[in-house]
Amino acid sequence: MYIIQILLCLFFVFAIAKVVGRYRGGELSSRGAIFWILFWIAAGVIVLLPNSTFYFARLVGIGRGADLVIYVALAGLFFMIFRLMVKIEKMNKDVTKLVRKITLGDKKI
Amino acid sequence: MIFVVVPAYNEEKKIGRVIRGLFEQGYKNIVVVDDGSTDRTAEIARQAGAVVLRHEVNRGQGAALQTGNEHALRAGAEIVVHFDADGQFNPADIRPAIEKLKDFDVVLGSRFLDSRSRIPWFKRHIVLPVSRWINFVFTRLKLTDVHNGFRALSRKALEKLHISHDGMAHNSEIISQIREHGLTFVEQPVEVTYYEYGQGIGGGVKILWDLIVSKF
Repeated sequence: MYIIQILLCLFFVFAIAKVVGRYRGGELSSRGAIFWILFWIAAGVIVLLPNSTFYFARLVGIGRGADLVIYVALAGLFFMIFRLMVKIEKMNKDVTKLVRKITLGDKKI
Repeated sequence: MIFVVVPAYNEEKKIGRVIRGLFEQGYKNIVVVDDGSTDRTAEIARQAGAVVLRHEVNRGQGAALQTGNEHALRAGAEIVVHFDADGQFNPADIRPAIEKLKDFDVVLGSRFLDSRSRIPWFKRHIVLPVSRWINFVFTRLKLTDVHNGFRALSRKALEKLHISHDGMAHNSEIISQIREHGLTFVEQPVEVTYYEYGQGIGGGVKILWDLIVSKF
């Protein structure tokens, strides 16, 4: 076993603990918690058994399992960034609405 | 009733003179929207005699203009003029704009219809032509100037326009909405005095980015 595998697995355990903590604190829905726990477990499996991705890689026509992981991770990351951007944009608009309401509400005409 | 809406963010040095200039031209309803300034903008504007609306948090020029518009609408404005707080505009340009509102719903200021504005070379020949083209792509209206903060709106236009872009992309947004709502408009020469360069290229890129993101 390589050191990187141990370090990554420790990190995944830490991440799962965080997810459970968030779920208990009510900051994460049960659906979200299950998704993230499965996600980190899958990440652990991939790290401990790198060849396990080989099957899927072959299936979609990519030579190496590690490449598949990187492609999927990149696509996932970009999608998440996009969603975050849209969310932030919406929050910005909401903040403006509130600020405007406070401003105009204060003013007697 | 004519309202002059002046969005201001940290303009304590210029705002007083701008407001006095507007009063000298005979405008009585001057609304300064202090967009979360951290300096004495609001205080100076109030001393100069303007009505001051304050955003507790800085939200951008588009947001400030929309706040000013809504205030003016509620106060029964028939005409609203947008006027920058940095002293770049000449208040004498307002009167002919108001005259034109008898025939049009919107009057947009342009730096290029006469030779009064001394525009920096790079801006005139590189930045503004590129901006004009981008603006045309997004708004489908051909104009001689883009992102000129001077405009006069009739009440009809005021009721229809809604600025949702908080930042500087509101200019293109207003032009798009003029087209969407079938409002009539005309350009009018205005004088712009450059004390500073204004928005640099970075500002332009930010506007383009805002426009692209809003398409999703």
